[in-house]
Amino acid sequence: MSDSVALTTVAAPVSGPGTVLVLGVTSAIARAVAAEFARHGHDLIVASRDIEETNAIASDLAVRHGVRVVAKLFEAEAFGTHAAFVDECVRDAAVLDGVVIAFGFMDEQSVAQAKFDVARRTVDVNVAAVMSVCERFAPHLERARRGFIAGVSSVAGDRGRQSNYIYGASKAAMSAYLQGLRNRLHAARVHVATIKPGFVDTKMTWGLPLPGPLVATPERAARDIYHAIAAKKDVTYVPWFWRYIMLIIRAVPEWQFKKMKM
Amino acid sequence: MPAFVKQNIAGWGGWPRVECAVYRPEKRRALAEAIACGDWPHYIARGLGRSYGDAAVNPGGGVINTTRLDRMLSFDEQAGVLECEAGVSLEDILETFVPRGWFLPVTPGTKFVTVGGAIANDVHGKNHHVDGSFGEHVLRFTLLTPNGDILPCSPSENDDVFWATVGGVGLTGVILTAAIRLQPISSAYIKVDYRRCANIDAALAAIRETDDAYKYSVAWVDCLSRGAKLGRSVLMSGDHIAGRDLPVQYGHALTIPKKFQPNVPFNLPGFLLNPLFIGTFNSLFYAVHPSKQGQIVDYDSYFYPLDKIHNWNRGYGKDGFSQYQATFPHSGVEGLVKLLEKLSASGRASFLAVLKRMGPGSKGLLSHPIDGWTLTLDIPVKGGLMPFLHECDDLVAQYGGRLYTAKDATTRAEVFAAMYPRLGEFQAIKAKLDPAGKLSSRLARRCGIVEGPVGP
Repeated sequence: MSDSVALTTVAAPVSGPGTVLVLGVTSAIARAVAAEFARHGHDLIVASRDIEETNAIASDLAVRHGVRVVAKLFEAEAFGTHAAFVDECVRDAAVLDGVVIAFGFMDEQSVAQAKFDVARRTVDVNVAAVMSVCERFAPHLERARRGFIAGVSSVAGDRGRQSNYIYGASKAAMSAYLQGLRNRLHAARVHVATIKPGFVDTKMTWGLPLPGPLVATPERAARDIYHAIAAKKDVTYVPWFWRYIMLIIRAVPEWQFKKMKM
Repeated sequence: MPAFVKQNIAGWGGWPRVECAVYRPEKRRALAEAIACGDWPHYIARGLGRSYGDAAVNPGGGVINTTRLDRMLSFDEQAGVLECEAGVSLEDILETFVPRGWFLPVTPGTKFVTVGGAIANDVHGKNHHVDGSFGEHVLRFTLLTPNGDILPCSPSENDDVFWATVGGVGLTGVILTAAIRLQPISSAYIKVDYRRCANIDAALAAIRETDDAYKYSVAWVDCLSRGAKLGRSVLMSGDHIAGRDLPVQYGHALTIPKKFQPNVPFNLPGFLLNPLFIGTFNSLFYAVHPSKQGQIVDYDSYFYPLDKIHNWNRGYGKDGFSQYQATFPHSGVEGLVKLLEKLSASGRASFLAVLKRMGPGSKGLLSHPIDGWTLTLDIPVKGGLMPFLHECDDLVAQYGGRLYTAKDATTRAEVFAAMYPRLGEFQAIKAKLDPAGKLSSRLARRCGIVEGPVGP
């Protein structure tokens, strides 16, 4: 794959694929998305709050795909560090193609209900940190008049349900935020992609009694996400059929929905 | 908190299927926490679940799925040494390195196994008579010991733990990372010579005569034929073909065409496994493989013919099957012929069996291979199988042979002890590393490697 990329760039004056930044790379989906970009010849900057795991993932991507991968520490809740982090990433990436926001936080609903600290952390990570990071990257991309920001939100944000509404509310806020950002950056030809995964076979869904066909592998989800970004799709459900599942769930009238156990 | 979830799991043979608490850590630290947590009395690591029997099931305890700890950490392009986590699969290694001119040093008949599993079972392949087993190509590994230490092991550092872990079916610790030496290749193709052998004696003679001339050799045996045709075989001997010798129509020498991969979506009904159907299949196989020289076959078709059919084990129906692999020393080759006679006479139909000459064994204390001959076959699980297999076990032991932990689901403790004379040495090292008995499996208890009831 990468051979053919190298061959086509010989004649073309424009450079090949640039660098993609993946934040929260220790999630199984994010790691697979990073691998998908690496397979397509992109260099990577990968980051998470666990530098040991991030280093292992960076080595893996570099060994398997032969691209340049830099590992960085990124702490979503350490808001004070974000400005320096973003500047460093922009400096390290010769050509920044885009940013994948894949960090997130979820605890059990019952815990988030009982402990405000947990609810607050859910919002800090899934909403405030997303804003903090995106608002700092946006001017760079605007100036370059190219690139993308892809945010991994969730189908949980499409409708509040008793089983998951604190996490759901944070993801609803994230989706609305990305919507507005997309509107703003459109003029600068910067694309904003909202990704809404359903069930993916990760730590989050491990052991849940889910019907097999509804659960996607992280690799399958990553291919869909890569193609959504490459095709400049605005809102993408992963896998695709979740769009229709959520269409039905959103269509239930509220007077009926509130009586349901979901 | 490690999230252990109750699941009914089995080995690749589908039998026995038992309830275990399974957890799949995604970080190294989570793996260590899972063993330290004490939620379960004991644990066993499990990779891709291709051991046929009960090596990676643990009723009444925890099972730690290692498939998400599958990062490649470094590759030395000069020496061909790959350092990776134990959850990396052989398939991943082939996909990454065959196009760069490197191949596995040793591969079993499926690429859907992890590096950790390949070490823990000290797997062997068609080149055992030349290159030995997988463990002999491992330069070093790091072991998470039952008390939470990370122990570096190699043939020169903690060598006692190294050789207890090679073939040690996961009972000394959980392998975290390993460095393996790959072998250079200049094409992804194998040049194969096929020889038909009219019966088992002809097969043994042909293998003795030709084996030294080839890196890879294996014979597929029709184990339903009887009398003068008992053990009629097709011997397949091969070598890597050099890139410059590969005819141009194969295109790029280090890539092979993508193939359609059919799937067996559900368990097939058991009545398909009648002697007539299988006998016809085996005869057809013999018929379509006349002796011929110099056939060029891509590595995937040569090494992994069954991997092309996903979930092929479902072909044996919901009751599953037992894969029986016995290795005899040269002095006990008569036992192999007797075993074949016994199976043929029993009518317990098996698709093709596999016959191979093995080279000298490794230093692994519980490693399976010994210098001699190995015979492998699939036997569907149905009425009266257990007593029959126990008779077979006794026959194997009588001729100085041994069964293979990666396949086994039935051997009794006293027979296992007779087959593995270094068991005592293994147990002594295990007692030092794991005094509390935190690592255990159904196989370990059944074979008497550790004490405890087989089931919960």
